[in-house]
Amino acid sequence: MNPTRRRRLIWILALVAAAGIAATLVAMALQRNVAYLYTPNEVLTGEAGPQVGDGTARFRLGGMVAKDSFERPSGSMEARFRVTDGDAELPVSYTGILPDLFRENQAVVATGRMQGDVFVAEELLAKHDETYMPKEVADKMGQAHRKHDVDAPASDAAKEGASY
Amino acid sequence: MLPELGQVALVLALLVALLQAVLPLVGAHRGVAPWMAVARPAAYAQLALVAIAYGLLTHAFITQDFSVGYVAQHSNTLLPMVYRITAVWGSHEGSLLLWTLVIALWTAAVARFSRSLPATVIARVLGVMGVVAAGFLAFLIFTSNPFARLLPAAIEGRDLNPLLQDPGMIIHPPMLYFGYVGFAVSFAFAIAALLDGRIDARWLRWTRPWTNIAWAFLTLGIALGSWWAYYELGWGGWWFWDPVENASFMPWLAGAALIHSQAVTEKRGSFRSWTLLLAIATFSLSLLGAFLVRSGVLTSVHSFAADPSRGLFILVFLGLVIGGSLLLYALRAPSTLDDGKPFSPASRETLLLANNLLLVTACAMVLIGTLYPLLADALGLGKISVGPPYFALMFILLMAPLVLLVPFGALTRWQREQASRPLAMLAPWLVVALIAGAAAFFLAPQGPWKVAAGIFGAVWVAGGTLRFVWSRLRANGRFTPEMAGMILAHLGIAVFLVGALLTEGLNRQREVAVAPGNQVTLGDYRFRFDGVEKVQGPNFLADRGTVTVFDGEQRIAVMHPEKRAYAAGGQVMTEAALIPGVTRDLYVALGEPLGDGAWALRVHVKPFVRWIWAGALLMMLGGFVTATDRRFRKPLTPATESTR
Repeated sequence: MNPTRRRRLIWILALVAAAGIAATLVAMALQRNVAYLYTPNEVLTGEAGPQVGDGTARFRLGGMVAKDSFERPSGSMEARFRVTDGDAELPVSYTGILPDLFRENQAVVATGRMQGDVFVAEELLAKHDETYMPKEVADKMGQAHRKHDVDAPASDAAKEGASY
Repeated sequence: MLPELGQVALVLALLVALLQAVLPLVGAHRGVAPWMAVARPAAYAQLALVAIAYGLLTHAFITQDFSVGYVAQHSNTLLPMVYRITAVWGSHEGSLLLWTLVIALWTAAVARFSRSLPATVIARVLGVMGVVAAGFLAFLIFTSNPFARLLPAAIEGRDLNPLLQDPGMIIHPPMLYFGYVGFAVSFAFAIAALLDGRIDARWLRWTRPWTNIAWAFLTLGIALGSWWAYYELGWGGWWFWDPVENASFMPWLAGAALIHSQAVTEKRGSFRSWTLLLAIATFSLSLLGAFLVRSGVLTSVHSFAADPSRGLFILVFLGLVIGGSLLLYALRAPSTLDDGKPFSPASRETLLLANNLLLVTACAMVLIGTLYPLLADALGLGKISVGPPYFALMFILLMAPLVLLVPFGALTRWQREQASRPLAMLAPWLVVALIAGAAAFFLAPQGPWKVAAGIFGAVWVAGGTLRFVWSRLRANGRFTPEMAGMILAHLGIAVFLVGALLTEGLNRQREVAVAPGNQVTLGDYRFRFDGVEKVQGPNFLADRGTVTVFDGEQRIAVMHPEKRAYAAGGQVMTEAALIPGVTRDLYVALGEPLGDGAWALRVHVKPFVRWIWAGALLMMLGGFVTATDRRFRKPLTPATESTR
């Protein structure tokens, strides 16, 4: 092997090694910071996995804020409501200021983890258009209803969200 | 009648764009001069036609013509005049029309300022711009017609999204589009060079100002978006790693790399194929950004209407443009010989290579994080989102070495350098920066690592850049605009580092329930909540809070955060109150009523947050100043080739 080729080979090997390390780092960082989206039904039936149920995994809970479920003790920052996907409901607790578009009967995506039977949210996302439902939530809820073959109260909203 | 005229103008503009795409490209290939000569007049005609269409849509908004569906959707009789004009780009159809107008403007500018280029080159460049314009015009006409009639006409319009009724939002989208679309010029040049089969350093010199201007506009657009999100969304954050923010940030990173690699190629002839590839990549990322925003495939706080047919159209267009240009690159690039001068490991070329590698890797990292949810969804791995910590971690890992290298770039000679020379020049500054960083570490009341890193980085970059200024002053005291632009942009990095890291490290924030008379203490500041009253605005009804701020015992300001309910759409929106300052911002946002006169209140003290945007503005200024260098505009005679 002549010196030029040898130098080139070393360069290529170094580049491959650097790319490999970079890819590993990216994969690790991604793995650690990914939050899955689940519906209340998936959480309650255990479909989402044991780590979601026992509170070790941070995940995003998607669905509609159930009608007449919102309550907040006078003068308190802690809000309690239930998130529904039409099949199941999960109680949610959130301490802090609610997003402007947070309302009952509207889509919400909450990030947090389970503590006992309650989902404790660190962050709430409600979209800034009231007719809009996040596509991923609409998809999820659509899937759930096809699977159970139920006519869900939220299916209109889901359809609207998907085609809007 | 007028809206139909607008539609006709758009269709004519599409035909002209097709003409501008086909005739000059074929003419340049076959060497038919009259066909090539079509390019310039076609560019002007396209601009005139799109401008007419744009003017007519604006007219429909001003006169409140609710028989036009788009106007009825996004305007309202209560809407103030200035927002009627800006509502034109308030949603998908109109902002796409603005996008095509910006393409037409850039194309006409290229046609106007390209007298010094050979006819075949200019024919090819304008031809490629014509292809891009035709794609977007077809997209506009076939999937998102802004002039579609609503029959019967609406009596009253819905409202413009209240988030967009804001001065920051008036200029954010146009500036962003000027940036995105501006990269089409360097893209068109790269394609022209590949078609031509050779890359002449003189033509490259001609494209450099265009790249710099586009990048400067994009910098401004992103900074405005960040500033707007900061004061308008009421969360007090300035960057969220939201997919749509990422969509604008990726071309920015690639564009920053392109600016540097173009400089190497123009001055030294090295990195030729890399510069071409980067030009293609930068514009492709702009298109990808458009696709991500328009198709609604990603969950983002920016939800433009998601229509599958639109997503498909733009995906196909994206595939054609990126696939076509990469195919051309694969076929032609190997034969365009890289006859750059050799350089040793210690040289400015090596440093700029490192700059490019780091910026491009950072861009790839953002791309992976942005597209990973789409990929996972397609593979059935579940619906996921990638959290900001991923981006923050990777970005800091990649940008830290870049910050360390910045001062060396300007002080290191081309081709061959004694590594000890720039090191000796910068060693004192390294010591100063380390001392400043250490001092900051011990003085910071909280977040010492971030504060120390911010101060160290800022002093190091600013000191190293000023070291270059000093050695120039001693040498001959002359600064070309190109150098001045570089100095400004690098100082911008230093200012930005102070802003970003000190804000993150020292930010104090509380969300509390307060009754009238209650106080919130944050550091040296006390915020007294004095209650809420109802206030009537032009098209909204607001709950207006009063918060009195004390610094120690001294009363310094009264703030009025608002919660607005817009009359037409019924939307509720937070309007935060701000007291800006050089060393800190005070920020108060009103939450919800909690009963008995109590309210939820979000209070921030954000040190040095303005420096973030000041840094971005310096970078923008750097881009514009560089573009004014006369060297780029010299007539392309062989004699100028040897000036450097």
